[in-house]
Amino acid sequence: MRTRTFVITGLLVALLVAGVGSFYASSHPDGLEYVAGKTGFLDSAEDSPTSDSPFADYQTAGVDDERLGGGLAGVIGVLLTLVIAGGVAYAVRRRTPADDSVDEPVEAER
Amino acid sequence: MHVPDGFLDAPTSIATGVVAAGGVAFALRKARTELDDRTAPMAGLVAAFIFAGQMINFPVGAGTSGHLLGGALAAVLVGPWTGALCISVVLLVQALFMADGGITALGTNIVLMALVGCFTGYVVFRLVAAVLPKRRSSIAPAAAVGALLSVPVAATVFTALFAVGGTAPVETGDVLVAMLGWHTVIGIGEAVVTGLVVASVVTVRPDLVHGARTLVPAAELEIRTVPA
Repeated sequence: MRTRTFVITGLLVALLVAGVGSFYASSHPDGLEYVAGKTGFLDSAEDSPTSDSPFADYQTAGVDDERLGGGLAGVIGVLLTLVIAGGVAYAVRRRTPADDSVDEPVEAER
Repeated sequence: MHVPDGFLDAPTSIATGVVAAGGVAFALRKARTELDDRTAPMAGLVAAFIFAGQMINFPVGAGTSGHLLGGALAAVLVGPWTGALCISVVLLVQALFMADGGITALGTNIVLMALVGCFTGYVVFRLVAAVLPKRRSSIAPAAAVGALLSVPVAATVFTALFAVGGTAPVETGDVLVAMLGWHTVIGIGEAVVTGLVVASVVTVRPDLVHGARTLVPAAELEIRTVPA
């Protein structure tokens, strides 16, 4: 599989999982939240200062439909993460000489 | 396992913030050895995929759920230093835009999920891979074991932080037992997802899997001419 095909396929899977699949995720509290509730320290949690963000709690402000608002927040989150992490990776990478074979599986430098 | 603001007191949060900042700064230097023009897109993709994966809470019984943390997965796919950066970016986006995980708790979450998650996962992966046959088919099971253990270890580190700086007067022993119990179960889910994803990538592009580098046969030498 060409690198470009691989990356695009992976990205599409991520967008589908976040944009569509997330609606079907369990809404039960996660392990930490559950333990906090059971052992009695859940009340020490404070609201996040970003709780009025347009995508707080994986919903989209102004979109009432949960499926749409959640999917939109997921897609935006995936794209933001892709751009920031990809940008960091490109900024710190080793510069290799221009190579027109990047789409072929080639052995990495040792 | 996203820690909200308020669970841990200010000194503990400042301390984990300093450790997280130091860890990320060090990872930025070390990731250079793992990243080149070919693997840099993988880092972005892995981070994006883990953001998506973390949205999928799976039920683990008794009204509790868990989701992928992704430390072992990222470490095996792109290397532990780059992996730690990927998870840190995921946590940053979640804290800033999704109000998932606190802001003063961001350092704590980076320590738990990016640093402890990636390095526990990677060290266990390397140990298991060392005793398994040197075949591509050993990579995914080794990654799964790393993933399995990374979750209860992160839960234990949280409990240690809670023992030092928890704001609520709760017995550490109670927290430890409950955290370890639930996160061992969640670790099984982590292992399944990590094993499946690593196996898929190893099947289609083993050369892009950092943890499989030593197993991928070297490409044959070829002579290329440069157009004049």
